[in-house]
Amino acid sequence: MKKTVFLGTLTAAGLVAAAAGAQTLADVQSRGNLNCGVTTGLTGFAAPDANGVWEGFDVDVCRAVAAAIFGDKNAVEFVPTTGETRFTALSSGEIDLLARNTTWTMSRDTDLGFDFIGVNYYDGQGFMVPTELGVTSAKELDGATVCIQTGTTTELNLADYFRANNISYEPVPIQTNAEAQQQYLAGACDVYTTDASGLAATRATFENPGDHVLLPEIISKEPLGPLVRHGDNEWGDLTMWVLNALIAAEELGITSANISDMAAEATNNPEVNRILGTEGELGAMIGLDNDWAVNAISAGGNYGEIFERNIGENTPIGLARGLNAQWTDGGLLYAPPFR
Amino acid sequence: MSDTDSEVTNAYFREAMLEQQAPPVTETGAVKWLRENLFPTWLNAIMTVVALYVIWFILSHIGPWFLNGIWDAGSLSECRAIRDETMGPDASAACFAVIADRWEQLTFGFYPRSAYWRPTLAFVIMLAGLAPVLFGSIPRGWLTFSAVSPFIIFFLLWGGSIWVPVFIAMGFVLGAVAARLLGGVNQIAAVAGAIVVPILYWAFVAIPLAEVVHDLIPIGIRAIPSSDFGGFMLSVVIGMAAIILSLPLGIVLALARASDLFLVNKLAITFIEIIRGVPLIVWLFTASLLLNYFLPPGTNFDLTLRVIIMVTLFSAAYIAEVVRGGLAAVPKGQYEGADSLGLDYWQSMRLIVLPQALKISIPGIVNTFIGLFKDTTLVVFIGLLDPLGLTNSIRASTDWNGIYWELYVFIGLMFFIACYAMGRYSMYLERKLQRENR
Repeated sequence: MKKTVFLGTLTAAGLVAAAAGAQTLADVQSRGNLNCGVTTGLTGFAAPDANGVWEGFDVDVCRAVAAAIFGDKNAVEFVPTTGETRFTALSSGEIDLLARNTTWTMSRDTDLGFDFIGVNYYDGQGFMVPTELGVTSAKELDGATVCIQTGTTTELNLADYFRANNISYEPVPIQTNAEAQQQYLAGACDVYTTDASGLAATRATFENPGDHVLLPEIISKEPLGPLVRHGDNEWGDLTMWVLNALIAAEELGITSANISDMAAEATNNPEVNRILGTEGELGAMIGLDNDWAVNAISAGGNYGEIFERNIGENTPIGLARGLNAQWTDGGLLYAPPFR
Repeated sequence: MSDTDSEVTNAYFREAMLEQQAPPVTETGAVKWLRENLFPTWLNAIMTVVALYVIWFILSHIGPWFLNGIWDAGSLSECRAIRDETMGPDASAACFAVIADRWEQLTFGFYPRSAYWRPTLAFVIMLAGLAPVLFGSIPRGWLTFSAVSPFIIFFLLWGGSIWVPVFIAMGFVLGAVAARLLGGVNQIAAVAGAIVVPILYWAFVAIPLAEVVHDLIPIGIRAIPSSDFGGFMLSVVIGMAAIILSLPLGIVLALARASDLFLVNKLAITFIEIIRGVPLIVWLFTASLLLNYFLPPGTNFDLTLRVIIMVTLFSAAYIAEVVRGGLAAVPKGQYEGADSLGLDYWQSMRLIVLPQALKISIPGIVNTFIGLFKDTTLVVFIGLLDPLGLTNSIRASTDWNGIYWELYVFIGLMFFIACYAMGRYSMYLERKLQRENR
């Protein structure tokens, strides 16, 4: 009898938990803001400005989702997370969406119980060396000392790559990017390796960026994307299609400048009309108003605008589009059709 | 001995007094001081020269960097441009402009700018509230203000309805009333009443009551969530809350550990040993990661509050051990004397034992508090933006990426001021208590 009651309670608790897990959109709407996990600070991707307003490439994804739901890009509560706390914060429900340049891997998708909703930045691990070393390829790095962040996938990638190419190296373990910059500049290591975007951002801060060169080899795949909890597919769909709308908007030429004209009346491109809600009822399919994509794109512009503003070639970080160009330009960005 | 009176003029005796002469150069003034203190032996002379060289070396590197500091620039690259223009590219110059640009953020975190007066006023009230506790020369009547000040500070920092802190404060009054009423019946019932009644009141009555009263008489200021707290404000809030809460808790734990009651004694020992046996960072991870899973889904138990509770428990365990040392140092005769006067347990503790034990424990207690205040920087690992966490965020902006020492020097200086003040206070207190004991 007692056992039955206990099991019954457990089942009830499980049902309540499942129910709580399956209504993220309703929770967010009743709360009035989106809780979005970001890094505590990564150049170009997320950082607070002097007024405490968060800015960056990942931050703009959060803002687009908030704008799609509320029509207000500021209806976001940014929760700074560290590498250790990010996954717990998401799975415990403290945040609704994690946009923290997190690499999409199989175990994170399955074992940890998350769903990646797409890729907003295709990154890969690269190498930076001083120009005076005269090195032009990572394969010439035999016997080099390498500054590397401990406990990351970059450490494992490096070991794999050097072993595969039969190169010896001496690792200099470091904890943070800040420490790595200091060590590298002080000459404690010949090479600094981390994600290529991070290397570019780091090099941009040097007094003489021209004295350092990024080697052409990219030794790993690091698809960085936002993620949500597994189990609430409606919420996953919503966030995924907001990201897709940003990417499709660039492909279709919808920008923050012309969106109000394009959304005012139906254009002669049916897909633009469907995205912007002048034709069809796509918004209702993800539980939002029909102007959801208009709001999302107006928040920070389309994918290309977000890229250029935060990390593009006109910013100090100066990243080229590379893999992150539209598929029509030889990149990997490819949003499924809005139909 | 009669020879001494002889009138023979002896060539060996001086007849006139010698003029007083200046002491030898080596035995006076600066030279003497140098000889005695810096160059008494060859070994010391060499050490002095080496030490002087080291000091010069450090100063000659840090000095120009510090004095050339640039305070007015919008970004690190601007700083470098200004330096190249005015001092040449090889000059070393600090870029203190980052502090000029971000000091508000380093102090208040993400607190709304229009409400900066609130934490500032709260800080002043905190100092005013602490003064009567710290300095005996202030009239005792001010202690009432000290007791009320935490609630004023809470109201100023978090805002919202004024009735929440008012009704929370009522809990303490209720506890005192319960103790007074039950005290006539039974000692243990009084203690239990003093603990159980306020807890039940806080858990079930206080907040709903505050909401009802707030609907009738809405008085309040803008509520500010603790996720907006950051920088030194966060350090001080966590540090001071933990210091103020952990002292009484630590004393109670110490008494429990010294108690003859089997269960109380064993529970206190278990608690203290478990908390002390695990590093603070683990408790912080517990607060940030593990507690989420135990709480029902949907509850949003404030992270800052969880951290304050964990830090309080951690420091209480240490305080308990320090106070236990003080209790052990009080001579046994004092305990027996108290008993022979017919005092009950609480009276003997309050009037005889604790005043002596705490006096002995003061340096240890202050030491624990200094350590605790500095340990608050560990919250950076769970994603709270204390000053050290903010250095990372500030560096993450493209304007200031690549800046290190300026921020760390500033933060170090602020912590030094706070900790040095605590240390000096402890020494003042020791001297004062020594005089009283004489």
